[in-house]
Amino acid sequence: MTRPIIEVEDLSYKYARDSVLEQVSLKVPEGAFLALVGPNGSGKSTLLKLILGLLRIQTGTIKLFGEDIRQFTNWDKIGFVSQKANSFNSGFPASVLEVVQSGLTKKIGLFKFPGKEHRKKVLEALESVGMLDFKDRNVGELSGGQQQRIFIARALVSEPELLILDEPTVGVDSKNVHQFYELLEVLNKNMGITLILVTHDVGTVTNIVTHVACLNKRLHFHGDANKYHSLDEKELSSIYGHGVQLLSHNH
Amino acid sequence: MISGIFQFEFLQNAFLTGIIIGALAPLLGVFVVVRRMSLIADALSHVTLAGIAFSLLLEKRFLVFAGLNPLYMGMAFSVIGSLFIERLRDVYKHYQELAIPIILSGGIGLSVVFISIADGFNADLYGYLFGSVSAVSRTDLWMIAVIFVIVILTIIFLFKELFLLSFDEEHAKASGIPSKWIHFIFIIMVALVISASMRIVGILLVSALMTLPVAASLRFANGFKQTICYSVLFGEISVVGGLFLAYYLDLAPGGTIVMIAVGLLIASILVGKLKVRIA
Repeated sequence: MTRPIIEVEDLSYKYARDSVLEQVSLKVPEGAFLALVGPNGSGKSTLLKLILGLLRIQTGTIKLFGEDIRQFTNWDKIGFVSQKANSFNSGFPASVLEVVQSGLTKKIGLFKFPGKEHRKKVLEALESVGMLDFKDRNVGELSGGQQQRIFIARALVSEPELLILDEPTVGVDSKNVHQFYELLEVLNKNMGITLILVTHDVGTVTNIVTHVACLNKRLHFHGDANKYHSLDEKELSSIYGHGVQLLSHNH
Repeated sequence: MISGIFQFEFLQNAFLTGIIIGALAPLLGVFVVVRRMSLIADALSHVTLAGIAFSLLLEKRFLVFAGLNPLYMGMAFSVIGSLFIERLRDVYKHYQELAIPIILSGGIGLSVVFISIADGFNADLYGYLFGSVSAVSRTDLWMIAVIFVIVILTIIFLFKELFLLSFDEEHAKASGIPSKWIHFIFIIMVALVISASMRIVGILLVSALMTLPVAASLRFANGFKQTICYSVLFGEISVVGGLFLAYYLDLAPGGTIVMIAVGLLIASILVGKLKVRIA
């Protein structure tokens, strides 16, 4: 594959005395669809926050698009759909258009106003997630799955090369989860966006992703999805720790 | 009859000031409410009171300060108070609402101390607590007009940043906009608007003017910009209506304004219910 979009090396992180990440090294090549899986409290969210620059690095390095994260300024190349998108203030009086346009805030720039071309991009982003008909509705009135599409549109509108999704299917019912993953496949295959999907729902996603990384403080497995499929139950349970029920759709 | 009201300069001042804050308080109030910071307005208004009491004390004790407009000191205290709130919210990360009672009671405590040192003030203080039509001077009007221009320009030019910060703080930070600075500018604007509104509605009722019109418009507005428009509309109806009623019925203006705002809120809740039933 081509150039790596994310290179994490020897990354460790502690909250007070509790170690959350230990010597994590990870490479995400361009065009990949990586599932970052691990149980609750495995350090997934911390790793994401570090990659997004929301937390300061303690030890180790992160390179984004080949550039050290401390010098990195091109944040609009990275789109982010957070877990919180599910629990946002649903009484917030914002229309779908306003929310999606807020994804362009950085790109438009301080003290500048959105123009025609920005409005066009907003409509295109809504079209690509199939939510154009809802553009004038208040976001709070939509269902969980629809809201999640709006948040993806908000991330897409700034035309990111990398899209990071933190457990986006929490609170979305199972029928819509399937459609949601189809949308992600389209973004990855047809639009060429590199995706990182954080999830603890291992079984469903391993069939659509290209790479898998299993995190539980340390990185226990990192490789392409086919290799992950060839792991047997014993190896899997050593990755996740014993007593964890695994639902593998690897028939 | 209406022309009669405007032949007095003090009434002109009161109405022009009222029209300005009728737009300004709800406009900023929308951001305050959606960010769940409604009580901050209350805390800051009490700090403003401490500033005013301090200024009145200086005026009483030292001749040099005789001409000083208490609003300046009120504003200074309010801005300093807003910085303290931010600091406290940082210190008590898991109890962010603690900052509000700390600043609120600190503000009242300080005011009471200043008042007792001065052996009480005359009717002046009453006007600051509950608002007063006759108290608004030309200088006040000019100062409030300047605040209006500053706040409006800031909101226009930082609108999309303020929106993003209100809607999704985490996303704002992740997208790389200077969210700390924008929040800082925002909180200073809140402090300024509170001191500006105080002359008309009074310290104890300032937060009502920032939150009630917004609460009413939240019932049926579609989208953020529409919420702002309705809030400003309700704010203006409350202030202008309240001032007229207060003048003709000889009522306290602050209270009358707030009661109209409460009336609009109740009406909007009823209308909202009706809408749901029809749909």
